[in-house]
Amino acid sequence: MTVKDIIEKLNLECLNEANLDTEVTGAYASDLLSDVMGNARSGQVWITMQTHKNVTAIASLRDLPAVIIVRGGVPDEDMLEHAKDEDVCILVSQEATFQVCGKLYEILK
Amino acid sequence: MHYTFDIERGNFADAGQASSSVKRALKHLGVDPVSIKRTVVALFEAEINAIAHAYGGRIDVDIDDGKIVMVVADQGPGIPNIDLAMQEGWSTASPQVREMGYGAGMGLPNIKKNTDELKIETEVGVGTTVTMTVYLA
Repeated sequence: MTVKDIIEKLNLECLNEANLDTEVTGAYASDLLSDVMGNARSGQVWITMQTHKNVTAIASLRDLPAVIIVRGGVPDEDMLEHAKDEDVCILVSQEATFQVCGKLYEILK
Repeated sequence: MHYTFDIERGNFADAGQASSSVKRALKHLGVDPVSIKRTVVALFEAEINAIAHAYGGRIDVDIDDGKIVMVVADQGPGIPNIDLAMQEGWSTASPQVREMGYGAGMGLPNIKKNTDELKIETEVGVGTTVTMTVYLA
């Protein structure tokens, strides 16, 4: 399952195209940045409602190919800029964390 | 190899720059992915701690064949009770910092888990120096 497949299956809006052909190994859902920093695994997609620049910093540092922002959240301008520099795919879902996780779990398990 | 970075109080926008530069250097040197992960987790958390709590500071990173030594030294309020600070879930972060998703009391525990040696020297009203070592396999 690639990032591109997930965009299609979950009907996500893509705000920064990157890593579209990268294989996704799983997902991690958390709004606590140190939780993600310490516990996410490389190759996972990060589901969060955080929309600031440190999200892309952590995604890049931990080799997370994509971030899914839930409930139609709008990323800060500098987060998007940073995502372009660091090659992090930024995706937006109109649904809440629970729904996004449920759908992703079904297709990734 | 030696790297130095400045830390500016409250400058979250640039958080991660030091970790990112060090990660690039380690990748370039062909360091194993697990050691890279441990190093960037520890360095990022220490950087965030200094940005969130201190009045400014400096990061020094030394990389040699056998180890990575990271020293994050700040001028800050100091840590009154290190045992409490090391406790998972304990935090003195401001509401603004918590809103960003920090302040869950996981920073120092993350550092401890991802380093082979951790030394914290602190004096209330003077500052804190965190020395972290990751040994390379």
